[in-house]
Amino acid sequence: MFDDSNIIAGLEIGTSKICVVVGEQLAEGGLNIIGLGQSRSRGVRKGEIINPEQVEEDLRAAVFEAEQMADVEVRSVYLGVSGGHIRGFNNRGVHPVVSADREISQDDVDDVLKNAKAINLPAENTVIHAVRQHFFVDGQEGVMNPVGMLGARLEVDMHVIHGHANRLQNIIRLVRGTSLEVDEIVFNGIATSLALLSNEQKEMGALVIDIGGGTTEYVVYFDGVIRHSGVLAVGGDHVSNDLAYGLKVPLSRAEKLKMEYGSAQVTDAAKGQTISITNELGLELKRINVEHLQRIMSLRIEEAFRLIAQELEAVGLSNYLRAGVILCGGCSRVPGIVALAENIFQMNVAPGHASAISGLTTALDQPEFATAIGLVKFGSLKNRKRAERPFFKGFIGRFLQRT
Amino acid sequence: METPEQNSFLETSSALDVRIFAVGNAGSTLLGALSAAEFSGAQFTAINTDAAALAASSATVKINLENKLMRGLGSGGDPDRGRALAEEQFSTLKAACEGANVVFILAGLGGGTGSGVSPVFAKAAHEAGALVLAFVTLPFECEGNRREAQAQVALEQLKSTADGVICLPSQKIFKLIDENTSLVETFRFTGGFLVEGVRGVWQLLTRPGLIQVHFSDLCALIRDRHAESAFAFVEAAGPGRAREVAEKILAHPLLDEGRALAESDAVLVSLTAGKDLSMAEVNRVMEQVKRQCRHAQIIMGAGVDGALKEKLCVTVIAAKQNAAVVGAASRTEPRTAYSSVVPQREVTSPRPVSRMRRANNKLVQTQLPLNIISKGRFDKSEPTKHNGEDLDIPTFLRRGVPLN
Repeated sequence: MFDDSNIIAGLEIGTSKICVVVGEQLAEGGLNIIGLGQSRSRGVRKGEIINPEQVEEDLRAAVFEAEQMADVEVRSVYLGVSGGHIRGFNNRGVHPVVSADREISQDDVDDVLKNAKAINLPAENTVIHAVRQHFFVDGQEGVMNPVGMLGARLEVDMHVIHGHANRLQNIIRLVRGTSLEVDEIVFNGIATSLALLSNEQKEMGALVIDIGGGTTEYVVYFDGVIRHSGVLAVGGDHVSNDLAYGLKVPLSRAEKLKMEYGSAQVTDAAKGQTISITNELGLELKRINVEHLQRIMSLRIEEAFRLIAQELEAVGLSNYLRAGVILCGGCSRVPGIVALAENIFQMNVAPGHASAISGLTTALDQPEFATAIGLVKFGSLKNRKRAERPFFKGFIGRFLQRT
Repeated sequence: METPEQNSFLETSSALDVRIFAVGNAGSTLLGALSAAEFSGAQFTAINTDAAALAASSATVKINLENKLMRGLGSGGDPDRGRALAEEQFSTLKAACEGANVVFILAGLGGGTGSGVSPVFAKAAHEAGALVLAFVTLPFECEGNRREAQAQVALEQLKSTADGVICLPSQKIFKLIDENTSLVETFRFTGGFLVEGVRGVWQLLTRPGLIQVHFSDLCALIRDRHAESAFAFVEAAGPGRAREVAEKILAHPLLDEGRALAESDAVLVSLTAGKDLSMAEVNRVMEQVKRQCRHAQIIMGAGVDGALKEKLCVTVIAAKQNAAVVGAASRTEPRTAYSSVVPQREVTSPRPVSRMRRANNKLVQTQLPLNIISKGRFDKSEPTKHNGEDLDIPTFLRRGVPLN
């Protein structure tokens, strides 16, 4: 019924849920979301797999649901990866132009890109993305395409995202074990910002924070290119755990309380208010102070934001974010989180909406699915590149993959 | 035995009577590394069981514990013999400390003399009314189990008899040396660290400071904390020196890359620099340290020394109170020996010393070292560390926010 090459699937194995989004590449270049499947994830902690068997089971359920809905068979996926081991940093590659007429050729560009990727990583780490930022020709900044220009010295700035090779392999093997092919692995933060940011926002400078169940990813765009990225292995799970500890309730109860009474800031209404937890017979088991609940939550979320703010301060990017902060992920549903983030970052904060994609509107509105939708978008960009410009591989696009 | 002058010493730290005692061969070597010029006013004494080694020492006063039983062979690596010799000469040792305010003990634990004599000597010095600070090294792992075990026993004894023990496990030095470092250099390196510690405390006590660390501050820090203290001495020069110093402290191997700070409950920080020491620099260093140890009582001192020129030197002493050790200390034999002395002292003098002794005579309920802060569902996962803080532990606990 469909030509297979038009079907793109994104798979995110998160700490709280496994999510599959199926998209259809339209002939005119657009992208249509046709299927969505999700299941509760039980074998993942802080973005990393701890129980492969359970993950496999949950993964099959999610894929099945998405296939049913889209009425296609998912053969390969773009796989999102995260975890505290993933780091991003900027690196510069240098290449002297040796040709007699000093004209920069495609070979020179390839060489300088290779140099920029030759970085000193720990032996066990591997590069996930090496994203080109800008070229420099004899020190002239901001060159996007140096081929054909004259110069003696060609440099390029790259943003390199790397992670622990074995842990990345683990998740790839697990997906392959369910007879799905992995097209490519993509850092979740990049996928999320693809789904949420418009080109204008990328130009103006924006910070995307995806607060998931086990990890928080953050990516900074400025001047249209990625400037900084990172993962903080703190997420909604930590909030629940803090509540379970602080209020002395079981974890499952803490999750429910978080959903029902949670707030990122202590609200006036909560002051002095208590709620009683009852058992199945309606007898009171325990009284919980809502103010404490909200204080514990707000401290944890505030800390996560502060750590990110400090990091941006350290790399000197906090004054470049004119488009402000965009929040997504399950935790962005917490009431009052926007106000809290505005307080800490001192800039405009908005919840993210997946834009420039048509299809199931109910799915697109939810902040939890931004990453999986971004994965599909990433795949469609790759596909388009492959189809339209087979000779300029990776030249127009920004995503370079070292495999 | 308490004279008015001694009382006034406590108020004016410049007139402190500090004596440095080296115990055993390792101690003598360490003493040799201290330059007498820098420690003007301090009295250097060597205590050994080996007459030949003692003769070679550069100390001004020498105490030989040897007796005929040993036939000139020293303690022969047996701490029991060392202890027996020291107990025999207890009165001599006590007399040597008479009138001192602070006694530094330098020793290498693991052998016979250092491990055997030091605890007894610490007790003698204590009884003579001095504050006893021991700077000791523990042997390398490769030196064998026996020395390791002897050193551990001696360390426990020393902790219960001395007021403060600053201990340097030599094994930690391995992180700092490279493959090609010779044995001699390694020992010199270890010694150098300890000497830095002694120098740091010495400067703390004697140098005129802008923000003075008093003798009583030091007492307050180490008294009642009969646990290991970790220390670090770092220095840096140039325009970014404050930041560099702060980074060095956080990365210092002797502080377990800053973990020791996070776990400590009292921290003493002393900064010394040339005349250009700015308030901003002091502030920057202190802020870093404070961020590391939120629960600790922090004592800080700042001093100016023209000779340092561009350099900024920081000495950090982090003391950790260990409930189990406090309990253990009250059980060990040397402590009970004080009980006869205490009442007298309390009548004759309101010295701060008595406060500590009183505290130690109280029954202390020992605690099992259980990890009370559970990490819940993250218990078995890899901890999320950020600047030495474990982010898996609930934030409100780390911040100490009360819920009531």
